[in-house]
Amino acid sequence: MTTTSPALSTALDVEKIRKEFPILHQTVNGRDLVYFDNAATSQKPLVVINALTEYYKGYNANIHRGIHTLAEKATKAFEQTRLTAKDYINAKSEQEIIFTRGVTESINLVASSYGRTFIKEGDEIIVSELEHHSNIVPWQFVVEEKNATLKVIPVTDRGELDLDAYRKLLSPKTKIVSVNHASNSLGTVNPIKEIIRLAHEVGAVVFIDGAQAGAHLDIDVQDLDCDFYTVSAHKMYGPTGAGFLYGKKELLEKMPPYQGGGEMIKEVTFKKTTYNDLPHKFEAGTPNIADVVAFRYAMNFITETGRAAMAAHEHNLLEYATERVSRLKGVSLVGTAPEKVSVLSFTVDGIHPFDIGQMLDARGIAVRTGHHCTQPLMDRYGIEGTVRASFAVYNTKKEIDQLVEGLERVINFMK
Amino acid sequence: MDVNDIQEEIISEFSLLDSDMEMTVFYIMELGQKLPVMNDALKTEENVVKGCQSKVWLTANLDDDKINFSADSNTAITKGLVSLLIRIFNGQSPEAILNANLYFMQKIGMERFIGTQRSNGFAAMIKQMKLYALAFKTKLEVKS
Repeated sequence: MTTTSPALSTALDVEKIRKEFPILHQTVNGRDLVYFDNAATSQKPLVVINALTEYYKGYNANIHRGIHTLAEKATKAFEQTRLTAKDYINAKSEQEIIFTRGVTESINLVASSYGRTFIKEGDEIIVSELEHHSNIVPWQFVVEEKNATLKVIPVTDRGELDLDAYRKLLSPKTKIVSVNHASNSLGTVNPIKEIIRLAHEVGAVVFIDGAQAGAHLDIDVQDLDCDFYTVSAHKMYGPTGAGFLYGKKELLEKMPPYQGGGEMIKEVTFKKTTYNDLPHKFEAGTPNIADVVAFRYAMNFITETGRAAMAAHEHNLLEYATERVSRLKGVSLVGTAPEKVSVLSFTVDGIHPFDIGQMLDARGIAVRTGHHCTQPLMDRYGIEGTVRASFAVYNTKKEIDQLVEGLERVINFMK
Repeated sequence: MDVNDIQEEIISEFSLLDSDMEMTVFYIMELGQKLPVMNDALKTEENVVKGCQSKVWLTANLDDDKINFSADSNTAITKGLVSLLIRIFNGQSPEAILNANLYFMQKIGMERFIGTQRSNGFAAMIKQMKLYALAFKTKLEVKS
């Protein structure tokens, strides 16, 4: 984010953008809603909401095997999202885009299919201290089953990955490295290109969890040369329950299916079943058609608004919030890496994050509190949790002023 | 005062807040601040109420056939909520606690500001208090 010019944010008409998001225009506990929980899920523009409604009103049908007009229309719309996703992350082929329920399912798919097939006893899988539980637990399943080992890249006090320690962890035993592009708890943007390059030197494959990057950062999987990459639609102004997994074709080809069912087969007999081609081999059963269809509109919304302009605006918000919140009495920022997405995590001396979250909610401000599904990271900092404010394109400096005012109220009360 | 008298008292206090969420939360925190300090020695894993999102410690004593609870929490709002239960139950007989029908939460609209997860924790606290009452009731019956 810091690579973009803050001047770009002036190109965004935020008030106009806010009009696209009906949910923002409501009061919560008697005050205008301030939604700062975007790292958990972002709100949806009308264009996405309308796409869902239009799908169900106009062309809901099961896809790929229907001969009738509606099935054809639904299939086209569904596959159009695959093409959009391919372009969004610059994949070589739409066959490398597998639709999933989102990041968690994508990681489970790769851990189960690739991990269980290619990990052997004594192998090592590397994750980092910054990971969300969803990028830890599926790999734990694999190492436990295969008698392999999970290694962890430590994080510095500022919230950056310790690359020297990472280099020392790498060895010919390393078979998979799985890290996030950006941290959900601290906002740190990780140097994934370097992480991937180093992993490839020892012959490991690299999985990138892009949950916090999809809506904020440029993603070019060919330039990164990552082996797997995943995003969730709901963190990218899209619907819940949809996302995609990118995988290099040669890897996906040699992986066994994740689930059995319809769509993923070529031919079924009781003697032998042959599997469908990519990407369908990994898409058993009726997918989440409506949400996948609407996901295209979310990606288009980001592209049309302009990723660089959005990033610049969010960066301005982050800088402003960082400066204002850090000056408050008793506040300690958690995660001060120079490269961050728009996530501000902090603690306040003597006040539990839950209480702060509840107090802010009483003023209509939605933040996230707790360990953010990153308990090992919280343990690393010796804290129970943080208060996390995360910003999106529709947020404003005025809303940050309201957050600061709310925090001042709580801090003064609890003194 | 019996359990219901105290509940009515709480309902009337909260009605003065006129459903202002911020005032309500501040008031609950204030109530928590007034809760008698719990001895640190009692804050053991054994005394933690299971099922609460935040940490809550709860103990009870029997004085002259009446129960007195002592509690603390690591979060101010939870502590305030616990203090309401203590206010209702302290000095009551085991029988009264076991038979108590707690309706004040609904009347003060508590679910609006504690959410589902905390509601479960609150239910766990009430259950724990009633378990203490049951244990003391049994103890008293054995004695007599």
